[in-house]
Amino acid sequence: MNDLQQLSAMALWGACVLYAIAMVAYAIRLSRVAELKGAAAAASKGAESQATVSVGTSHTKEGAASAVADAQPTGGKAGASKPKATTASAAIGDQKATKALGIARAATLVGAVLHTVGVTARGIEAEHVPWSTMYEYTISGSLVAVVVFLLVQRKRDITYMGAGVTGLATIALGLGLTVLYQDATGLQPALQSFWLVIHVSIATIATGIFGVGFIATALQLMRDYRDSEPKVVSNRFLKVFHDPGVRVIKGKTFRFLEAVPTPKKLEALAFRLNAVGFVLWTFTVMAGAIWAEHAWGRYWGWDPKEIWSFVIWVIYAAYLHARTTQGWAGRRSAWVSIVGFAAIIMNFTVVNLVFQGLHSYAKA
Amino acid sequence: MARVKIDNYAVADAPRLGVRGWLRWIWRQVTSMRIALILLLLLALAAIPGSVLPQWPQQPGETKAFIDNNAVIGPVLDKLGFLDVFGSAWFTAIYVLLFASLIGCIVPRAIAHYKAMRAPVPAVPSSFARYEPSGREETDVDAATAIERARKELRPRAGWLGALTGYRIRVDERVVRDGAATTSDGKERRELAMTADMGHIRELGNLIFHISLVFVLIAVGAGTLLTYRGQAIIVEGRTFTNAAVAYDTFSHGSGFDPADLQPFTVKLDGLDAVFEDNGRPKEFTAHVTLQEPGKDATQKDVQVNRPLQVDGAKMYLQGNGYAPVFTYTDGDGNVAFQGPVVFLPQDQVYTSTGVVKVPDVTSGEQIGLKGTLLPTEVTKPGGSVSIHPDPGNPVIYFTAYTGDLGLDDGVPQNAYQLDESQLSPVRGDDGQPFVFGITLGDTVTLPDGLGTISFDALPRFAAMDLRADPSLPWLLAASISMLVGLAISLFATRRRIWLVAPMDTPTTVVEAAALAPSHDGGVEAALDRALAATSGRVPDADEEDE
Ligand code: HEM
Repeated sequence: MNDLQQLSAMALWGACVLYAIAMVAYAIRLSRVAELKGAAAAASKGAESQATVSVGTSHTKEGAASAVADAQPTGGKAGASKPKATTASAAIGDQKATKALGIARAATLVGAVLHTVGVTARGIEAEHVPWSTMYEYTISGSLVAVVVFLLVQRKRDITYMGAGVTGLATIALGLGLTVLYQDATGLQPALQSFWLVIHVSIATIATGIFGVGFIATALQLMRDYRDSEPKVVSNRFLKVFHDPGVRVIKGKTFRFLEAVPTPKKLEALAFRLNAVGFVLWTFTVMAGAIWAEHAWGRYWGWDPKEIWSFVIWVIYAAYLHARTTQGWAGRRSAWVSIVGFAAIIMNFTVVNLVFQGLHSYAKA
Repeated sequence: MARVKIDNYAVADAPRLGVRGWLRWIWRQVTSMRIALILLLLLALAAIPGSVLPQWPQQPGETKAFIDNNAVIGPVLDKLGFLDVFGSAWFTAIYVLLFASLIGCIVPRAIAHYKAMRAPVPAVPSSFARYEPSGREETDVDAATAIERARKELRPRAGWLGALTGYRIRVDERVVRDGAATTSDGKERRELAMTADMGHIRELGNLIFHISLVFVLIAVGAGTLLTYRGQAIIVEGRTFTNAAVAYDTFSHGSGFDPADLQPFTVKLDGLDAVFEDNGRPKEFTAHVTLQEPGKDATQKDVQVNRPLQVDGAKMYLQGNGYAPVFTYTDGDGNVAFQGPVVFLPQDQVYTSTGVVKVPDVTSGEQIGLKGTLLPTEVTKPGGSVSIHPDPGNPVIYFTAYTGDLGLDDGVPQNAYQLDESQLSPVRGDDGQPFVFGITLGDTVTLPDGLGTISFDALPRFAAMDLRADPSLPWLLAASISMLVGLAISLFATRRRIWLVAPMDTPTTVVEAAALAPSHDGGVEAALDRALAATSGRVPDADEEDE
């Protein structure tokens, strides 16, 4: 083990642990906020029934923070015994939520710094861009996901996505360091190309962005199912899966979903991310074709990797159409994008490891 | 938030009876968004077997082995096209339908878009009740000033480009729509209504994207028809004349006539191969003289990533190796063979193998020699090996055969292999097969009066790969335009903002609303900016807060 290798591995393990901590903290914060929201709703109900206090005349803003803020004046004005008690516990919860959020943010930030150090050290050690093997692709792609999350976070409050993104990054780093790890080696001649840098870096970025979009979509669907009346399923076989599914999603475990925005807003966010991801993916496929033309003398040869890049592209195109098709907008189009992300995961796990083809260098 | 419904092509009403009615109904189905969506999903699904099962065009050997190893399912899958997914009837059917749908979709949309571009901006709706976001602003200026301020704030731009990228504005003076039309004393109440409309460029980008998609398919199709490629080996000092028969392998699409090949010649003046001390290749350069018909000869360098451009094609330097020159003099003293023989490199240090076939001996049986070239031979305990790809100490080890080379059977033969079925090895005095080494400039006499062979020179050869696909520039152009159209269609905003200001009131209360797709995060801020401008208020800062 040389120094760089050690530095890289240690930094990445550090990032992995910090992300895990951040994930737990984000989750705690989310469930607290959900509790507070529930309490606030109860309090304002109580207030309305006891006294005619108008709540939030102007914009009724959504989002956890404002719900918490609303809760206190409401409770205070109502001045009744029951809401007061709720308010007290809400205040304690509020403190806890804030503390958890502080920990989560700090852990994510420091984790991202360590993650960057780890990826950079790997690149220096390998003497090429750190995304030419599955291991490198995994550590770089998950870094992009975290960075995208942090960047979006600066513009708008998407704290509710924190647990999902850091969770994904924890899993990716953990799997990367234990299962996928490979020592750095020199590049094969076919990879010594400007197009490697372009093609694979854009693919990595697109994957990171699709990853964050996937979290938004997953939250959207979960919240949607939690909010809506469950369908009555008469098929006895399907019932076996359906009923416990409904119970779980409507149960206490998923109470945190009340702190995430409405499905509609999550849909809008997921669309923006997926749209950026799709444009980048289109570019990835094009750059890959140019590279293939240079390196192998044909721009498209239905190699397994090319097939899956195509499949991913078509699925996300279907998703974009589904959004504007009657009966498909909302849930169904969301499922299409989930399938799209599953195909991305397939593309660089199973396809790399099992199906052979010209791209199989990624294994070595 | 109100959603813009874009699905203009969903099936509207049930079909009437009659053939034409049915045809129209089918066509409408095919061009409906739902069918496009299902076809896209089918296309993705249909492509997957191509990555799981071996495919004839990509891996013929493995595909054959797969069929042999799976006696039952193999032939069935083959029959059903699963072993050539991308050439199968069903895959073709899906994408042909998809593109039919696409064209059927683009044409009416392009017409509609053209009309919409020219049509006036639509008027403000009567009621804002259904729309979100909405807002109101009180201002002490009159309606005309308020509306003018909002107009300025939204900065409409002139010209067609402005109409494409910015807001187009329409202002009407009209009777109050939302509320009583007259005042209590019977006077008509009037208002100013402004529409600011943006988003034509989005639809335009979307059309560009879909149209480019059609062109991508056309370019790919044209490419498969018009492409040709061939591989040729040129030895140093020799000249290659471009013609289909001159290539070792030559293939072309059905739209290309090999007779159209321009008979240019390429002479390989020299091939520089530079290796590092450890044998790693550093650089290969082929120095060639290109002579096109009716033009002056020009000297060119061809390198691995710098092909020679000629006759609309590219000639790539694909590989290189040695082509030792031999002279074989038969037992009767006649020169039966003289010339270079291509030896194919087998490893990093250019240990190369090749065969010399001598059919034209004066008398007796034909001669064949199987050789292994060691460019820099050293003798090690285990035997002789080459330690460097450069010709430091070239030695060729031969085994000789006599008999029938099988060249007259009419079956095309591999030039690099000896068909040993009708040959027997030449044996030495000890009865063992005769193996001999020959160094550069040496002459060796074969036993049994079989003549002599000399190793005269060791030139290199260049393996050239000629490829032409005239569709490539078009394909690239169509792809780039597709990417640009896509980016426009996904990132440009489409929204409409309405402001209504009642006239002749003591203070003007401006009502406003907007219509935008739910993912348009900036619409509220734009609405607020327009409203704030009417009263001179500073707009809310939190732009992106949804
Ligand atoms: C060859 C297959 C096709 C591909 C790859 C494809 C791809 C896309 C993509 C990526 C978008 C997203 C752009 C956006 O959301 O603005 C889109 C939008 C759209 N496509 Fe296609 N498309 C195909 C075929 C079709 C067909 C056959 C139709 C007609 C039925 C169609 C109608 C539309 C419409 C109306 C939109 C606009 C949706 C919107 O504005 O949100 N497309 N298409």
